[in-house]
Amino acid sequence: MNDDEDLSAPVTMEMRLSVNGIGYPITVDTRETLLDTLRERLDLTGAKKGCDHGQCGACTVLVDGRRVTSCLTLTVALDDREITTVEGLADGSVPHPLQTAFVRHDALQCGYCTPGQLCSAVGMLAEARAGWPSIVTADGGSVDARLDEAEIRERMSGNLCRCGAYVNIVAAIAEVAR
Amino acid sequence: MTTVAARAVGTEADRVEGLEKVTGRARYAFEHPIEDMVYAAPVPSVVARGEVIAVDVAEALTFPGVIDVLWHGNAPKLERVGNAELHVLQSPRVAYRGQYIAVVIAKTLEEAREAALRVGVEYAVERHDVGLRADHPRLYRPERVNPDLPADVQQGDPDTALAAAPVTVDAVYRTPAEHNNPMEPHATVARWDAEGLTLYDSTQGATSLRDAVAPLFGIEPSSVRVIAPHVGGGFGAKGEPHPPVVLAALAARRTGRPVKLAVTRQQMFSVTGYRTPTIQRVRLGAHPDGHLTAIVHDAVEQSSTIHEFAEQTTTPTRIMYAAPNRRTTHRLVRLDVPTPSWMRAPGEAPGMFALESAMDELAAACGLDPIELRIRNEPEVDPETGLPFSSRNLVACLRDGARRFGWADRDPAPGVRRRGRLLIGTGVAASTYPVYRSACQATARAEPGGIFTVRIAAADIGTGARTVLTQIAADVLRVPLGRVRVAIGDSALPRASLAGGSSGTASWGTAVTRACEALRDELDRRGGTPSTGVTVSVDTTEENGEPSRFARHAFGAQFAEVGVDRDTGEARVRRLLGVFAVGRVLNPKTARSQFIGGMTMGLSMALLEESVLDREFGDYLNHDLAQYHVAACADVPAVEAYWVEESDPHLNPMGSKGIGEIGIVGTAAAVANAVHHATGIRVRDLPIRLDKLLT
Repeated sequence: MNDDEDLSAPVTMEMRLSVNGIGYPITVDTRETLLDTLRERLDLTGAKKGCDHGQCGACTVLVDGRRVTSCLTLTVALDDREITTVEGLADGSVPHPLQTAFVRHDALQCGYCTPGQLCSAVGMLAEARAGWPSIVTADGGSVDARLDEAEIRERMSGNLCRCGAYVNIVAAIAEVAR
Repeated sequence: MTTVAARAVGTEADRVEGLEKVTGRARYAFEHPIEDMVYAAPVPSVVARGEVIAVDVAEALTFPGVIDVLWHGNAPKLERVGNAELHVLQSPRVAYRGQYIAVVIAKTLEEAREAALRVGVEYAVERHDVGLRADHPRLYRPERVNPDLPADVQQGDPDTALAAAPVTVDAVYRTPAEHNNPMEPHATVARWDAEGLTLYDSTQGATSLRDAVAPLFGIEPSSVRVIAPHVGGGFGAKGEPHPPVVLAALAARRTGRPVKLAVTRQQMFSVTGYRTPTIQRVRLGAHPDGHLTAIVHDAVEQSSTIHEFAEQTTTPTRIMYAAPNRRTTHRLVRLDVPTPSWMRAPGEAPGMFALESAMDELAAACGLDPIELRIRNEPEVDPETGLPFSSRNLVACLRDGARRFGWADRDPAPGVRRRGRLLIGTGVAASTYPVYRSACQATARAEPGGIFTVRIAAADIGTGARTVLTQIAADVLRVPLGRVRVAIGDSALPRASLAGGSSGTASWGTAVTRACEALRDELDRRGGTPSTGVTVSVDTTEENGEPSRFARHAFGAQFAEVGVDRDTGEARVRRLLGVFAVGRVLNPKTARSQFIGGMTMGLSMALLEESVLDREFGDYLNHDLAQYHVAACADVPAVEAYWVEESDPHLNPMGSKGIGEIGIVGTAAAVANAVHHATGIRVRDLPIRLDKLLT
């Protein structure tokens, strides 16, 4: 270990974090991930910690409408960005159509991956509408934003579900995509 | 016999907590806000066997925010209990790599984790032995196997019968260690106050965790409260108590502050249980027409040096097929490895991979259709006990599945169906799971406003228990679903068995039924609900203690179609179809989710899952979700689940068998049999990786 380095002194920064349309002035430890800030500082526990390494997708949130794994995102880098979590998907008391479809299709069991699945699905449908291809999109073909099941399965494969609700998750998303 | 008027039961009711879960409002263990709480970061051992001879906490204590560092030299003393895994920080001995040997408590998560890296530990390292072998010199026969079954059973003279059999199969099948990996890592918030200990914990059983933790601290169970309204999956990993919850309680006791502790995904591979690897030899003897004369199934498994977990790998073979001569055995070796525990269908899942692969091999040897082979060996009574089955509809499942799957036109020749680069094959396997039920208590209360509240310390780990108990209660009370509230997930509620052995609905549902019946009687006697409301309590100990005159098991049939890439050897499932005979299905929507969920985990077991042991360092090497592969969305195409009508009056008031585990049983064998049909290659060791299919 390098003796000149003062490893014990945390580096902090004052910033304003905007989540679900609400501005939070906070002082963050520069080591703090967005996931831990949401869960441990702002009591927004919808985003889940499943692996803390960006491998499971349970922590997925939207940053300026794009899906990110919040466990691999440092909060300090998010000044002036708009963050949307599962708590912000509903329109007031009216659930997002994906939320309703997930319940109706029983696209969840334990529910722990569910917030990440939902944020990922919202971001994924926007990607499809923007014409982004996936590995299963035919070469040179255009993206049909209604997405067939193979497209949905491929595009949702960053979100693990150990209960094995994939079949129902795909059905719920397909219903909303069409 | 109680008659339950069918109204809510049998309907596709949505999960009652569904909206809470999709909006992020459902609180899991780590998410309960507590004033003044601090964070714990455990320090795991980096050797597999030896002794901790010194722990240097000086540097860690200089870090800002650090409150304390606990290790065996300063941790509060615990009472001894039966499971030495729970004697956390009580001894310098290290029994496996990853065992918790210290813990840092700090004001923030970042500070705790940073300081945990600065705890200096000196070990006296001893040579470890982590290799499971069928010829290990320390193999022994356990007294009993999980949950409480004989290790060995023999009938007739299987060795002579095998020697005389015209057709035989003799093969060794291997299944790797597998880790449950529920999406929610184990987590605890522990708080001590004048009342005792409160644990917000991710557990499959609030009552059983309370009863396990209290004696460690020398206090009455009534001084411990376990709260777990929502649990992010378990699959057995949150059934038996594990070290992390004890460590959190120790840390909270020592610091006098509420402590939050979440196990990291990496640590879950050491301290939260896993499925033992198995080495299984199956020998079948048969007449040329397929009738079995002998079945021998021997399993070798591992446990740790500090706690015996003996999995019941060969027990499904005791009831599956008729044969006059039979033997099933279990041998264990205690290694310097983490303690294995329950993982979805412990015993049945690995055991039926071996038996149902062997049956497929026998069908080929006899030139018989694998479905016909199974039908020919259908027993009239339980082959081991001679008891009649309360219901047994394996044949109906096989026939219905064959019809739905399109089995009739199947060409049995292996390795002949090409579609582009793919070789296509189909396979079938049977599944089974025993019927368990445990005694519980419950209360039912009528409020003057027409609302009913049922209370029981049951757990909903994603099974839909809260929903189905609400349905059961509504029907017994003869009221609409919306007038019933079911309170679960708290040890302050009437005591209940844990969510395990696919016994939840049977155990809790019986108590809920009896409580609601008693309440209905009480309301009849009083001519209505009094202005103060009325509550009744029940205990099903007596009812549950009545021995059954029947062998009670669920059955099913699994069908798989696979495609194997001829160039890369990659095998992928194209479709899965299961048909199950599970008594009465109480909620078709959530039941189907249980079946397809189990089948999906079975697909994952067949093709992907393997915890790789590092022989040199003694731990599971691929300890995260990037390296331990579980099925992702793109791996799982069509999965269909159906069930046959089955009326069984010998189970419980609902007429239901457990459904949480049978979906995984048989799936891996169906996939392996399909891979054989596709390629002609018999893979007898899971998972079916591409290197095993490149010839």
